[in-house]
Amino acid sequence: MITDYLVQGCEMLLVLALAPLLTGFVRTVKARLLRRRGPALLQPYRDLSKLLRKEAALADSSSWLFRVAPYVIFAAVWVAAALVPTFASGLLFNWTADLIAIVALLGAARFFLALAGLDVGTSFGGIGASREMMIASLAEPAMLMMVFTVSLLAGTTQLSSVTQFMLIEGVGLRVSLVLAMIALIMVAIAENARIPVDNPATHLELTMVHEAMVLEYSGRHLAMIELAAALKLLLYLSLLACVFTPWGMAAAGDGLPAYLVGAMAYVGKLAVGGFLLALFETSIAKMRVFRVDEFLGAALMLGLLGTLLLFVSRSL
Amino acid sequence: MQLNLLLGLTVALFATGLYAVATSRRPACRRTVYGVALTVSILALLAALAHLAGAAAATLNLPLGLPWSGAHFRLDALSACFLVVVNLGGASASLFGLGYGRHERAPERVLPFFPVFLAGMNLVLLADDAFTFLLAWEFMSLASWALVLAHHREPGNVRAGYVYLVMASFGTLALLLAFGLLAGAEGGYSFAAIRASAVAPGLAALVMALTLLGAGSKAGLVPLHVWLPLAHPAAPSHVSALMSGVMTKVAVYGFIRIVFDLLGEPAWWWGGLVLTLGGVTAIMGVLYALMQHDLKRLLAYHTVENIGIIFIGLGLALAFQANGLAAGAALALTAALFHVLNHSLFKSLLFLGAGAVLSATGERDMERLGGLIHRMPYTAVAFLIGSAAISALPPLNGFVSEWLTFQAILITPELPQWLLKFLAPAIGAVLALSAALAATCFVKAFGITFLGRPRSPAAAQAQETDRFSLAALFMLAALCLLAGVLPGFVIDGLAPVVSLLTGGARLMAQSDQSWLTLVPVAEVRSTYNGLLVLLFVAFSALLSAWLIHRLASKAVRRGAAWDCGFPDPSPVTQYTAGSFAQPIRRVFGSVVFRAHEQVDMPPPGDQRPARLDVRVRDPAWDYLYTPLATAVDAAADRLNYFQFLTIRLYLSLVFGALVLLLIGLAIWQ
Repeated sequence: MITDYLVQGCEMLLVLALAPLLTGFVRTVKARLLRRRGPALLQPYRDLSKLLRKEAALADSSSWLFRVAPYVIFAAVWVAAALVPTFASGLLFNWTADLIAIVALLGAARFFLALAGLDVGTSFGGIGASREMMIASLAEPAMLMMVFTVSLLAGTTQLSSVTQFMLIEGVGLRVSLVLAMIALIMVAIAENARIPVDNPATHLELTMVHEAMVLEYSGRHLAMIELAAALKLLLYLSLLACVFTPWGMAAAGDGLPAYLVGAMAYVGKLAVGGFLLALFETSIAKMRVFRVDEFLGAALMLGLLGTLLLFVSRSL
Repeated sequence: MQLNLLLGLTVALFATGLYAVATSRRPACRRTVYGVALTVSILALLAALAHLAGAAAATLNLPLGLPWSGAHFRLDALSACFLVVVNLGGASASLFGLGYGRHERAPERVLPFFPVFLAGMNLVLLADDAFTFLLAWEFMSLASWALVLAHHREPGNVRAGYVYLVMASFGTLALLLAFGLLAGAEGGYSFAAIRASAVAPGLAALVMALTLLGAGSKAGLVPLHVWLPLAHPAAPSHVSALMSGVMTKVAVYGFIRIVFDLLGEPAWWWGGLVLTLGGVTAIMGVLYALMQHDLKRLLAYHTVENIGIIFIGLGLALAFQANGLAAGAALALTAALFHVLNHSLFKSLLFLGAGAVLSATGERDMERLGGLIHRMPYTAVAFLIGSAAISALPPLNGFVSEWLTFQAILITPELPQWLLKFLAPAIGAVLALSAALAATCFVKAFGITFLGRPRSPAAAQAQETDRFSLAALFMLAALCLLAGVLPGFVIDGLAPVVSLLTGGARLMAQSDQSWLTLVPVAEVRSTYNGLLVLLFVAFSALLSAWLIHRLASKAVRRGAAWDCGFPDPSPVTQYTAGSFAQPIRRVFGSVVFRAHEQVDMPPPGDQRPARLDVRVRDPAWDYLYTPLATAVDAAADRLNYFQFLTIRLYLSLVFGALVLLLIGLAIWQ
């Protein structure tokens, strides 16, 4: 009983500890691909600790919501990230929320982020909030369509059960799963504000979305927002890993060696995912904001197509 | 026992209405009317809850109404469930009215009709024959119509009242015809007689279509929704809350009562039809809402969306029931009824919040509000909870009912019909899209109204609303949270209703699941625990805040906004409601609403300001109502010719008509 709690607690701490490393890794790989040296791998940790120790500057017109939102956003994303199976499935609290609820938790984080963007009453906060919600209003249904595809196949919306199904049943290569995976990757790119939808490295550019929303944040509040963004990237990579490549993952109660193997496999998958993301980002140009709806509309259609195929035949 | 009490309470409400006619100009009358309405609503709520807890259906026959049949009343689980919704809304609106009514300029136009409106809605739910049902339905319609016209001198309100009256009459006509067909040639108008008689399949389909028109026009199904965004905002805010949060639910009750209870076995395509209408309503409603910048009109359009979600649940239930999948029907019905309760809670909350804003600032236009979170902190908190709940964010109640609807969609592959198989995932996508757009819509509604800097002097000088209004707001907000974190109890409360309508099927008992987890079908399939989600998020947020303040830094410096180094003190540099919705308008609106933007930029040296005109058209008006009104006008013009004939021509017309009728009769026989 007590070990169940311990393993669950370890998972929560693991995702928290790995998230900045993943962001740093992606940045380093991107820099190397551009033949730059790039920042150190541990730079995100240093940034966070510096930000946490600085005083927070607040605008005169900001309200309590502006100060509370970073913690709410961080907590919602952290809980969502910890609910996705990483090194083992079927952990103690995995049944708290299924995949639909995880999507909705991310939606709650985004809701508060957009409100925080509007709180100070500047034009940059407004532009970011407005565009973020436009992107989300297409990305969220696309994501839910992917959820539908996966759960129709596995007969469950419970992520641990999905993972077990994929691992044991030997689903093989299916058209619907490929479509769902492409849809999820497109959504992940949009939701994490990566190129070609948004540029995580930009400041002071009219096309920015996420960075415009958090422009007024500083100090510990900014640290929370940055950490939440890093956790979200980790969450999407874990989701891709646990649904489409669940190999090596332990089941609950397998014991420490299996957990360690699972953790190694997980870190390996994250490294591969981060490398592919960096490769993709360096090889493509950013698109205009009003091309994003076509990009995400395609993701939505792919997800819907995957679901429809499963309604036609369970074997597609 | 409870039935007699409920009827007595309804009579008390009618009596209060009469009392208010006599004394409405005195200030004491306001307290009496709202006080009585509050007490009656709470008593009725308790009676309905007591009945839902396990009493058998009760009937009562009073020698009123039609002389040969009398008035039949009945209280069963279905009516008890909707009585809870109606009286919960009634209680909160009355409580709000105790404070809000003070600002009323024409109390004599509100006070007499408010209790009658409540009484009418209660009576619809208790009626057990067609005559009583329609009579109560008309009481409800006409009392609310009078309330819509309470401020009849404000521009637009007379038109709103007119459109509402036309649509309400049309709806009642459709219901009248539906009941006529149900009763048959013998005229068995009591619901018991209708239930006992079998209806031919073709006739049943016609009755279903008429009910869809009648109840749908009251509920606001697209394209019958046009009156709703005009009429709901025109009424005083606590009445808007009742009309949007409660009266639309009475219409849903009418649909459920006739289609699920009286008609017997449904055909599978009814499910498809209702699903399609629900999907169209959901997506159109939220897109309409996003285009609005009048706070109350935005909320009214959003009611259309939620009615769509409810009808999606009902359509799924019909499809499952037609194929004998009782477990699926039970899940879909639970989802729909849960959403009925949820929507009544958060829509009442939001309309009352909008009323508080309106009485504090005199403004409904979001472009002239802003920064109210500083001036009205409590209202802002309640409105934020309502906004999060309606956007289906966990751990609040809106998420639970949408989650249940998604779970119901996920078992549709069991349906045998191909059309339904293809329709269900598309409806799932529509539901997901409308949920995401609802979040956008309420980021806009809350963000533009309460956040940022005030956009007008009225908003800058707003005062927090009174204690009664705040009590009503926080009661509803607390219920939103409770229904979200403890949904198992709500689902168990709905179980008798669901098993009444599905012939015994229900979800498994939720309140004895471990950790109060929600398990609609089976544990391996899907689980959700709102309580734990709330605890985890709250714990992580508090822990991180505490650790950071303790170990890192808690210093704060206040200063001017950064805004990339060019802060502009003028509040017009902020994003407005129109600019917030611009990306959505561009992505969705250009097709659906033929949204059109026109920029008028004066040349250099010209002193006049630049203008941006945005035109958004409602296709329901363009393609349905305007041609219809034109056709009626043209026909009236033609027929006008008959007004000025000579007596000879009139006589020959009468003769011709008589001959035609006789010929018709001869052929008939």
